[in-house]
Amino acid sequence: MAGLSSRHRSLLLLLGVVLLQVLLLAVQIKRDSQGRLIRVWTVSAVSPVERSGAWGVGKIRDAWRHYFALSDTARQNEQLRRENGELKLEIMQLQGKSAEADRLAALLKFKEKQNKVPMVAARVIGSSADPNSNVIYIGQGQRDGIRKNMGVITPEGVVGKVIEAYRDTSQVLVVTDRDSGVGAMIADSRIQSPVGGSGDPLLNMKYVGNDDEVAVGARVVTSGMDRIFPKDLPVGIITQVKPGGQYKQIRVKPSANLEKLEEVIVLLTTDPVVLKQEPAPRASSSSAAPANARGNSTSQPTSAANAAKPSDKRP
Amino acid sequence: MNEAYDLRVGESHIEVHKFHTGTILLSLLIAVVLQSFLPVYISKAGILDLPLLITIYFGLSRRNPSTGLLFGTIIGLLQDSLSKTPLGLFGIAKTIIGYLASSIGARLDTEHPLARFALTGAFFALHQGIVILVQKLLLAQPQPWFTMRLLVACAVNATLGVFIYYLLDRLRKS
Repeated sequence: MAGLSSRHRSLLLLLGVVLLQVLLLAVQIKRDSQGRLIRVWTVSAVSPVERSGAWGVGKIRDAWRHYFALSDTARQNEQLRRENGELKLEIMQLQGKSAEADRLAALLKFKEKQNKVPMVAARVIGSSADPNSNVIYIGQGQRDGIRKNMGVITPEGVVGKVIEAYRDTSQVLVVTDRDSGVGAMIADSRIQSPVGGSGDPLLNMKYVGNDDEVAVGARVVTSGMDRIFPKDLPVGIITQVKPGGQYKQIRVKPSANLEKLEEVIVLLTTDPVVLKQEPAPRASSSSAAPANARGNSTSQPTSAANAAKPSDKRP
Repeated sequence: MNEAYDLRVGESHIEVHKFHTGTILLSLLIAVVLQSFLPVYISKAGILDLPLLITIYFGLSRRNPSTGLLFGTIIGLLQDSLSKTPLGLFGIAKTIIGYLASSIGARLDTEHPLARFALTGAFFALHQGIVILVQKLLLAQPQPWFTMRLLVACAVNATLGVFIYYLLDRLRKS
């Protein structure tokens, strides 16, 4: 203050006194909506600084966390990756168990329904080492009553037959194998003909004469004539019908999901049995049959003898 | 210290007046009391601003800005205290008027009645302007900047000021 002139001193004094009185006014004034004016001023003056400070601190903190303090982040990242992997594995296991539970529930339902038919559920434990043969191994064998030539099915349809029974394991020839065959018939027309594998996912229905009327979409069921599978068990759906030299060339898509077999049912008898049938799905056959019927031979029910036509691949 | 002396500003000689002991304090009290007392009995007296006239007079006479603004502050706060306005409304206005009056009084010869009339009128208008500004900004009380009443009050106070200043001149130490 010593260096200031008298005029400047008085000017500073003026400003100081006026400011003090303004503050005095502000302390007294209370606005209805915002409270005391001094509080409004203080908040208005301080809040931008606080906002700027918070923004700056946030940026610095983010920069520190994202660019400098990464040693802990790397460890956390590794831990999270590990946990993520474990969780994915757990989810896959749970999904698998859920699917397995569904399948087992279907098997159980089927078994309960067919309670008069001796059968045992078995888990598929392996497949053939030969890519050209469709053979699977199941986890039940002679100790569970399984014998050679017993039928293997799922609730959806025919799977194959036991070709070897060991103490705790059995070998099953799947119907899609070249050497496999099932006594079958077309469900609606009752035309009988064995169905055999060709090495690919589809089956061939053999010995249906060109004069027989066969529709795409028609259901194929077991005829029971092979004395392995009970009658009227689903085999598949006809997907293709072509006229051949002596017999029609008919392709059948298996009803059972033979690509993903995990649990199967072994029929513990080679005696003829009768299964209770599920209501037949007719929608696909009814829609496809008429169109196909026009382009194919006329209907002529085949006798039971057709099922016994010469075949070296019959089960 | 009781004698009048010359304040040299540039080439001009401005006389600084001194007053008898207690004159300023007594004048201040009388002005504040009358300001709150007269309107009770004379409603038209509300148009007067005696504390302002006293502030202007002693500011012009003492010619010390620091003294002038502090005098204005005190008389303004006293006026606020006796009114329902928040403390500081007249205090701010009279502080500024006290400062300006002292500053102008140190530069100009304000002994002539016409000069006093003009200065008092100008200071009154400025004082009212400051009061209205503070009322608008701080108190959120909308007030018109100009009314005929203000104009009349300005003329009346300026005229009255000339007479009051004449009386107060009698209290100077010569």
